[in-house]
Amino acid sequence: MTMDPGGARRLLERMTLIRAFEETVQSSIGEGGLGGLVHLSIGQEAVAAALADVVQGADRVYAGHRAHGHALALGAEPWRVMAELMGKADGLCRGKGGSMHLVDVAHGFFGATGVVGGNIPLALGTAFAIRPRGGVAVVVFGDGAAQSGYFHESLNIAALWRLPVVLVCENNGYAEFTPRSAHTVVERVARHAETYGVRASTVDGNDVLAVRDAAAASLEHARGGAGPALLECLTYRMRGHYEGDPAGYRAASEVADWREKDPVARFGRVATERGWLSAADVAAIDRDVRAMLAQAVDRARRSPDPQASELTEDVHG
Amino acid sequence: MAERTYIAALREALALEMRRDATVHVIGEDVAEGGPFGATKGLAEEFGRGRVLDTPISEGTVMGMATGMALAGLRPVVEIMFIDFLTLAMDQLVNQAAKACYMSGGQLACPLVVRTAAGAGRRYGAQHSQSLEAWLMHVPGLKLAVPATAADAAGLLMSAIRDDDPVVVVEHKILYYRKEMLDVLEPVPLGRAAVRRAGRDVTIVATARMVDEALAAAETLRSDGIDAEVIDPRTLVPLDLDTIVSSVRRTRSCVIAHEAPLRGGIGAELAALVQEHAIDSLDAPVARVGAPDVPVPAAPALEDAYIPGRAAIAAAVRGVVSPSRR
Repeated sequence: MTMDPGGARRLLERMTLIRAFEETVQSSIGEGGLGGLVHLSIGQEAVAAALADVVQGADRVYAGHRAHGHALALGAEPWRVMAELMGKADGLCRGKGGSMHLVDVAHGFFGATGVVGGNIPLALGTAFAIRPRGGVAVVVFGDGAAQSGYFHESLNIAALWRLPVVLVCENNGYAEFTPRSAHTVVERVARHAETYGVRASTVDGNDVLAVRDAAAASLEHARGGAGPALLECLTYRMRGHYEGDPAGYRAASEVADWREKDPVARFGRVATERGWLSAADVAAIDRDVRAMLAQAVDRARRSPDPQASELTEDVHG
Repeated sequence: MAERTYIAALREALALEMRRDATVHVIGEDVAEGGPFGATKGLAEEFGRGRVLDTPISEGTVMGMATGMALAGLRPVVEIMFIDFLTLAMDQLVNQAAKACYMSGGQLACPLVVRTAAGAGRRYGAQHSQSLEAWLMHVPGLKLAVPATAADAAGLLMSAIRDDDPVVVVEHKILYYRKEMLDVLEPVPLGRAAVRRAGRDVTIVATARMVDEALAAAETLRSDGIDAEVIDPRTLVPLDLDTIVSSVRRTRSCVIAHEAPLRGGIGAELAALVQEHAIDSLDAPVARVGAPDVPVPAAPALEDAYIPGRAAIAAAVRGVVSPSRR
């Protein structure tokens, strides 16, 4: 895919927004209702930013429990995402979803799910429903989900029915606290696709341009009627599984190695080297995004708590 | 008037709804072939395999797919061949379908219907004979229908398909071949109980196969001088509590009959509700009739002993109706 200054700015803004948002959450846990079980995507921003660049209006996206970035990348208003995390009335889901259940139908984000692997079948069904309108369903999950029955049953049915669905695995090497080697002998999630005859690719998930190219090709394949595609993005989460997990199961050297591969800083460098952005542009994007986010956080904090009467609303449609 | 079986009424209701609304799809194992009981027979021929979707034996994923279809605007009717296999799909039904509307703050609707066959009596053994309604009744966000007649099987299914929430229709496999005279099939509203027999001395609340057993018990009880009212709630969620409570206020006693084991069953919930709302009218504690707390056995002699019936219901009634009312 081609890239130009405008496109580079958009990608960097999106990644910076996710980074800054997650850092704000990290530093604000325990304040103003922000708590619960929160999973940050620091280090994995490139996947969300790239996917948002290639999905179209008729497409629908599902993500897993580490999904703040996907909601933001697709266009959810940061102050409403923050308000949802804080349990406020103006939250994206009026405070009823929380960190692991963000939904933003207006932006095609059919939602995050807290049950690992459980979102994959949902995406298949949605793909079936939106196929007549030229839509593709995209579902994002981690490498832990690749050991679920849902993943394998879904690959089988998606291939059988040639569904327009793209399965995106954010392979960060850990299923909760446990490394891949303790879960499976299959090193690459993409290898499972071969059995079912599903198109698969594995990319450097910290290279936003590589993810964008591979995602565009995967969606084009699915949209064209050729059936599902599996896209494996090799990445790393810089934080623990959830906020509060000290992540003592990882060697400091491993974390340090991945810090060198930081996708946000990396794309800032690439964009300046290629002449899409100047160093001053990159610095301004960081400053402006963080200023905007500070306002968003203030606005979220000012949102009222939901009324107690809301408790029993929306149980039924 | 034509004679129809429960299963034929279900099949006809599915066809009527599929003709009426192109978003209605049928999905499940063997549905294009009609399934083991024939509920979907002929649908693939009329509506094509694009709307009558045969699936692999992957209940969890199939339930999730149907949920994903519903979230995107279709009206899928999933067949889970035996309610016992619903265990494999409970994650999707309970964690996704039932909560989608709530967790999204009302952004998503999930017009999903699940049809499934429950009940003992066919010597199928413990994994093809259960009645798991209590598990479903417990889950906020789900609606639950338990039709006892052919008219209700069709009518509740039609209403379920038109409803914007996930609805589970628990069919009883012994009732599938129950025949009744039936003219037009029409929707039966969710949340409206049927008084199957009016009576003055006791209220028997019975579901599914136990409705016929309760009616038979009521006939027996006439010779004891007891005039029993039999109420079929038809849907457990929403529950027409008013009809039950107003009946109990008149009869001053209540027996609840269901096929599943008693412990933690729907009878416990119904008994608690009746006592909360009508304790001052009761001459005796609410009695429950159900199966013992054991898996469903396969041997005919044991299965027959397992399934509660008219004799147990009549005995329970004699225990709660005060002699002064006879």
